Amino acid sequence: MKQHTGFIIDSPRQLRRVHISEQPDPQQPRQSLPEQTGSVPQGMGWQQPEEARLIWKTVVVSLVVIGFNVIGSYALTRGLRELGAIVSWSPLPYIQAFADPWVSLGVLFMIGWLISRLALLSWADLSYVLPVTAFSYVLNAVTGAVYFNERVTDLQWAGICLITVGVALVALTPPETLEVNGRR
Amino acid sequence: MIPLLVALVVIPGTIGDLMNSAGMKRHGEITDWTLLGLIRAGRDLLHNFYIVAGIPAMAVSFFALMALLSTSALSFAMPITASSYILETALAKYVLREHVDWRRWVGASLVAIGVALLSI
Repeated sequence: MKQHTGFIIDSPRQLRRVHISEQPDPQQPRQSLPEQTGSVPQGMGWQQPEEARLIWKTVVVSLVVIGFNVIGSYALTRGLRELGAIVSWSPLPYIQAFADPWVSLGVLFMIGWLISRLALLSWADLSYVLPVTAFSYVLNAVTGAVYFNERVTDLQWAGICLITVGVALVALTPPETLEVNGRR
Repeated sequence: MIPLLVALVVIPGTIGDLMNSAGMKRHGEITDWTLLGLIRAGRDLLHNFYIVAGIPAMAVSFFALMALLSTSALSFAMPITASSYILETALAKYVLREHVDWRRWVGASLVAIGVALLSI
């Protein structure tokens, strides 16, 4: 079998195509390649590790997105509480807020959040990313209770439980919509 | 002022999310996580209409949220912004053509109710 090294694979679909084209077996007729819009054959051996790789990658990057959000929210909350309310149509008070080190740290982490979230969206569905990364609300509430001495009411505990169940439920779904038998 | 700020959080935020998701899917899966690879991806994304339009929409939503956070109207504002989870899930299904099964519907609804409860 010809081994291929040192070339870039841009998407899981391309990876699959490469796997097939790199296994020329004279005994078997050449299979038709799965097109971007066509159906993906089920039950092929190479599909399993590819799925596992994507799930692990999704979990790790989701945790990074959540981490950036929680640390960024903590820093922003701390900075904005020191500054007081800003409600203005002029951009000046917002720019002045950057002078506060907590605010600038918070914005820096929020930029990290935006970039990591865009990267996650490069393969994961929006309807997966949105609920799963909402786990940051749970961690933000816990951070508020621990560092800002905010009291967590019974209703808020109920909210934390609901979000956790919701996140777990969505996390069980495959992160990426693959077209199977023409159905998306 | 507050209802207007809530609208400025929800509407540009939803449009921004949809455009960013569509733009990133067109770009393809990020596989090179080195600094150089990310810079290269960022340079490519500068030519991606969906991302170029989506990021300013997210920025408007973010600054409106910042303004909301600095007021004490959170318990009013957050339940409304939480409803965007269900709105965006519906748009992901019908506009982005994502496969949204019952677990995603129930999950998004539980998250939306949970986020609303958290802010009460």
